[in-house]
Amino acid sequence: MLPLYLLLFLMILGSLVAVHTRTLLSAVISLSLVGLVLCVTFLYLQTPDIAITQIIVEIVALVILIRAVATGKEVSDIKGKKEVFSLVAVIAFIVIFGYFAYQALTFIEFPKFGYPLMRVSQFYVEEGLKKTGSANLITSVVLGFRAYDTLGEVTVLFAAVLGTLVILRGVGRKK
Amino acid sequence: MIFFLCFVIFLIGLYCVIVKKNILKIVIGIAIMEYAVNLFLILLGYRWEGVPAIVTETVTQAKFVDPLPQALVLTAIVISIATLALMVSLCIRIHQRYKTFDITKIRRLKG
Repeated sequence: MLPLYLLLFLMILGSLVAVHTRTLLSAVISLSLVGLVLCVTFLYLQTPDIAITQIIVEIVALVILIRAVATGKEVSDIKGKKEVFSLVAVIAFIVIFGYFAYQALTFIEFPKFGYPLMRVSQFYVEEGLKKTGSANLITSVVLGFRAYDTLGEVTVLFAAVLGTLVILRGVGRKK
Repeated sequence: MIFFLCFVIFLIGLYCVIVKKNILKIVIGIAIMEYAVNLFLILLGYRWEGVPAIVTETVTQAKFVDPLPQALVLTAIVISIATLALMVSLCIRIHQRYKTFDITKIRRLKG
């Protein structure tokens, strides 16, 4: 339990540095630190599949963000004028969010940490090997029981890649 | 208690999105929020002294961690990298046209 708290505090520290540092490159590096600590946290929480996916995605995200940072000459932080309004908005958000989070964690039936609700996934755990033939239950859920979700994911992925290609295309249409 | 630390990470990302004026800092804030939500879903499925949900001869099924949030988070991580690439390409285009990342100076309507 203690290593989990340490990892979460390291994530909070890394994200604070990513938000408050002045140069954009160090902000991107701190964000990547948060992602890698998140990968270690996933390993600690006994989810190796997510950890593998997270570390690959993290490296790709780091490369993409460094490409974006290298675009601009200006790397310093930009100071705004209407800081007061933003701070008031943030405090209001935090108060409302904290209130609802407190309500959800105390009064509504909410699973305690370490005791998951297994209403739907009990069926997956019992029948996964028999019905889909995959020893890894995550694979059987992604590709077997919830295959339509995966189809939707691939559609979104295709749309996003297509949008990226269209936006970054060098030659535009002639008028 | 552990869920509240997760909420703290989410709120740091929210603060970054609302307050910062640099458009790349906003992208970084969105990425932090995605991390927090993924971590929260995985924490919901954790079981004390659980083992990974892979069927073997020796492990009993009662000790498995919840496989359903893991499968959905796997989907969400892959989608988040695609949307990050889309946001970053928009930022690069905006910088080519306006020569700045400052969102207070990006206000011409002319395409």
